[in-house]
Amino acid sequence: MSASSIETPLIGGPQPLASGNEDSSLNGVRVGVVTFPGTLDDRDAARAVRFAGGSAVQLWHGDHDLQGVDAVIIPGGFSYGDYLRAGAISRFAPLMEQITAAASGGADALPVLGICNGFQVLTEAHLLPGSMIKNDSLHFICRDQRLRVENAGTFWTSEYAQGEELVIPLKNQDGQFVADNRTLDELEGEGRVVFRYVDGNPNGSRRDIAGISNAAGNVVGLMPHPEHAVEAGFGPDSSARGAVDVRGGTDGLGIFTSVLKKLVG
Amino acid sequence: MTAGTTRRFNIDTVAIAETTPGQALPWAELGLKENEYRRVEEILGRRPTGAELAMYSVMWSEHCSYKSSKVHLRQFGEKVTDAMKEHLLVGIGENAGVVDIGNGWAVTFKVESHNHPSFVEPYQGAATGVGGIVRDIISMGARPVAVMDPLRFGAIDHPDTARLVHGIVAGIGGYGNSLGLPNIGGEVVFDSVYQGNPLVNALAVGVLRHEDIRLANASGAGNRVVLFGARTGGDGIGGASVLASESFDSSKPSKRPAVQVGDPFAEKVLIECCLELFKASVVEGIQDLGAAGISCATSELASNGDGGMHVELTNVLLRDPSLTPGEILMSESQERMMAVVTPENVAAFEAIMDKWAVEYSWLGEVTDTGRLIIEWDGEKIVDVDPRTVAHEGPVYERPYHRPEWLDGVQADAFAAERPADLREAVLELMASPNMCAKNWVTDQYDRYVQGNTALAMPDDAGVIRVDEETGLGVAISTDANGRYSYLNPYEGARLALAEAYRNVATSGAVPLAVTDCLNFGSPEDPEVMWQFAETVRGLADACQELGVPVTGGNVSLYNQTGGIAIHPTPVVGVLGVFDDVARRTPSGWREDGQAIYLLGTTADELDGSEWANLRGHLGGQPPALDLAAEQTLAAILVNCSRDGMIDAAHDLSEGGLAAGLSEMALRFGVGARIGIDEVCERDGIDAFTALFSESQARAVVSVPRSEEVRFNDMCTARNFPTSRIGVVDTENRALDVQGYFNLPLDMLRAAHEETLPKHFG
Repeated sequence: MSASSIETPLIGGPQPLASGNEDSSLNGVRVGVVTFPGTLDDRDAARAVRFAGGSAVQLWHGDHDLQGVDAVIIPGGFSYGDYLRAGAISRFAPLMEQITAAASGGADALPVLGICNGFQVLTEAHLLPGSMIKNDSLHFICRDQRLRVENAGTFWTSEYAQGEELVIPLKNQDGQFVADNRTLDELEGEGRVVFRYVDGNPNGSRRDIAGISNAAGNVVGLMPHPEHAVEAGFGPDSSARGAVDVRGGTDGLGIFTSVLKKLVG
Repeated sequence: MTAGTTRRFNIDTVAIAETTPGQALPWAELGLKENEYRRVEEILGRRPTGAELAMYSVMWSEHCSYKSSKVHLRQFGEKVTDAMKEHLLVGIGENAGVVDIGNGWAVTFKVESHNHPSFVEPYQGAATGVGGIVRDIISMGARPVAVMDPLRFGAIDHPDTARLVHGIVAGIGGYGNSLGLPNIGGEVVFDSVYQGNPLVNALAVGVLRHEDIRLANASGAGNRVVLFGARTGGDGIGGASVLASESFDSSKPSKRPAVQVGDPFAEKVLIECCLELFKASVVEGIQDLGAAGISCATSELASNGDGGMHVELTNVLLRDPSLTPGEILMSESQERMMAVVTPENVAAFEAIMDKWAVEYSWLGEVTDTGRLIIEWDGEKIVDVDPRTVAHEGPVYERPYHRPEWLDGVQADAFAAERPADLREAVLELMASPNMCAKNWVTDQYDRYVQGNTALAMPDDAGVIRVDEETGLGVAISTDANGRYSYLNPYEGARLALAEAYRNVATSGAVPLAVTDCLNFGSPEDPEVMWQFAETVRGLADACQELGVPVTGGNVSLYNQTGGIAIHPTPVVGVLGVFDDVARRTPSGWREDGQAIYLLGTTADELDGSEWANLRGHLGGQPPALDLAAEQTLAAILVNCSRDGMIDAAHDLSEGGLAAGLSEMALRFGVGARIGIDEVCERDGIDAFTALFSESQARAVVSVPRSEEVRFNDMCTARNFPTSRIGVVDTENRALDVQGYFNLPLDMLRAAHEETLPKHFG
């Protein structure tokens, strides 16, 4: 397995991808993508890293080695089936100890992004506050969702403008973000609400919160899936930036270019 | 758990069976008919043991043996020409067919039913339906890449329908979403004929390299046989024989214990683990465990290979230690696979199991004796020729005859008064249960995962990219119209194929192969059997005419409650191929000023239509079918896609032009100005007929101004009728059918989208 490509056992092997980003200085940045049993969007997250110009590295939950990666993505899925509580078992994986330690460091702390189930794992690991409960509709929801970037100062949002809106897919069963009021006030007060749902709250999340960060801004979690809005032709039908071709929305790409540019800069 | 534990039963061994010929066995309770039981005795030359009886009863059930349908299904093989075989790598008879799509890539796909379990226990029934078809795909050596679910429910306002809709949709979503498989389409139909017999069909698609094809056979004496995945429990015992092979009868006790319970997490791990096994080339043959569980897997693997296998049944890992050998053989516990591994590869196999934390147990080995021997703690409880279990079951030439009532039905053409207010009629149609927006259902399914979905509902076909480098990909559509098939089963089957074929071509793909799920009432009713025979004949003929082979599928019989059968419902799935999915055509227009063309001609064909259905009428003959016209239309649509001549296309089927225009406008919320007078004059019909007739071989396309000359030249060269019926209008958000009505899109959307939420919340 080469370090530059992620490889879950896809029959026929993974295909090389045209990079969506022309900046060749970014491909030295190595972003780890963690696979737990039941992870689903790992190959998609790796594709997004490559589209942004970086190199994706497969990380296995049972390993004890972060392979020297520069950042980590914990992708979506149903790790361990979400049977106990989303993320509740995954947080005990050997690799999570490494990630928790590396992400909690000072100025050089490891940038970590948790998407959907990954966000749930980060809350269970106490890298982020709050928790996710079942959507208020009690149904799984798959839709193209409009968000607002409330903090463009994190490792994962610096390529966006403050207040910029995005359309990226949302797809989950347990997506309702909850926390006590003091925590919510603290998140708001410290600018740690990173993404907020606009044009309607899809799942009952407190204060329309779609994503948050830790105090240092290196750890970000969000419920919608930016990795599914990086490649024209396979994303949402719309973009917050204006009309796009069918399934042409790529508003999520900036999340991945943000961390690559931060790490290079 | 290993041999020699405390599980002690009064084991009925072969030795005992030989000495107690008079022992009574519960063959009738297990679903065998007396003549079938006598045949088992004849094959064995003695009475069967309890375990053998269990195996024969499930494997000879209608569900597993196709004993009533086999004589008809042969036509799918007989009517295949050499040209049709060109792309076929694996045909009917394996777990799923495999089709060559070029560049060394292949696709495997199949649709199956899980109707009966889903009525008894909607969530688990539907969930395990997805699980079962996905395991068929894995066992061909493929990575599953998408699922689709054609669903049919009873009347939308019947008190029991909400229970089924909620349970079945949540079950499909709960299982498929957890596997990471995009759900890219399907159908949702409501009709009171399905009240006690909802149809839950599940289709799965997988991709593989040619060299990765795996078949279910056990070859090489001395090779080891292993069972892996979930443990075996008491769920689903007799599911195939008891549930799927008999009609429901309210006088009998609940059949809930015969429904399996799914664990999608276990299946997701199983998928990744199997793909790693294939990649490392450590399995010789593999078989999923579905209907009839270990009975099916051992007998099929053995009879497809060298013909012998020796198994120690106490090695099976159990969830419930109280299971008897017969129950272990019949259990339909989910998420299990059986594989054949050479002795040299045992360690590599175990390492992959350990990596994925999957449990396994070595059950025995392949032999060259021609016998399937199963022992319980060293005592022989099964000693059979596996072919007699798996392949040489009973075959019935069931009597059939054309129903006498059919003449009366076919003579009863739709003659209701035509509505004066066409705008109200369009709104009523688009809000009706069958034509309304289905996003309440499809929004509960993940359509994004894997990142290769190029089109999904509500477009005409689901489109999946296979090769990220070249854009090579496939389109799939499933269709059926039970009302057409009720009126004329031969034509109904051909119409179902034509619609799926047209849908795939409308998306821009070249149709390549077919899978089918034939849902019918009881084969013991000669009228139902006639419907079945006519359907198979019609489908096989139409496949031959269109040059697309059936690669596999499933028959679901006994979909009836008491004496009332469902409409004959042949669900037909067509797979097409794209050189580059970037060329796919969406079903809605967007660019202002583009010309809108209607391809094909319209006749007064309202019998069996959605409009007639809304007026409670079902009679007459379904629309006429011209497969040569369908082929020309498909060629036009595929060429338009390749050459970039059209920006949108939508086939016309249920609901006719009214539904087609409405759906195209609503796809991206862009209006149009339409004139239908020319079409009415050319085809000699009135405006209502132009809008609501369901004439076949029609599609609507939107053409950029710069492409109009080229587009018209191509249609003229192919001598295919077209009419320019309007222009896309981004200014006025309305469907404006000039001279008849102006329908604001907001009003249309509200009517279209409120129906399912209103009923199901």
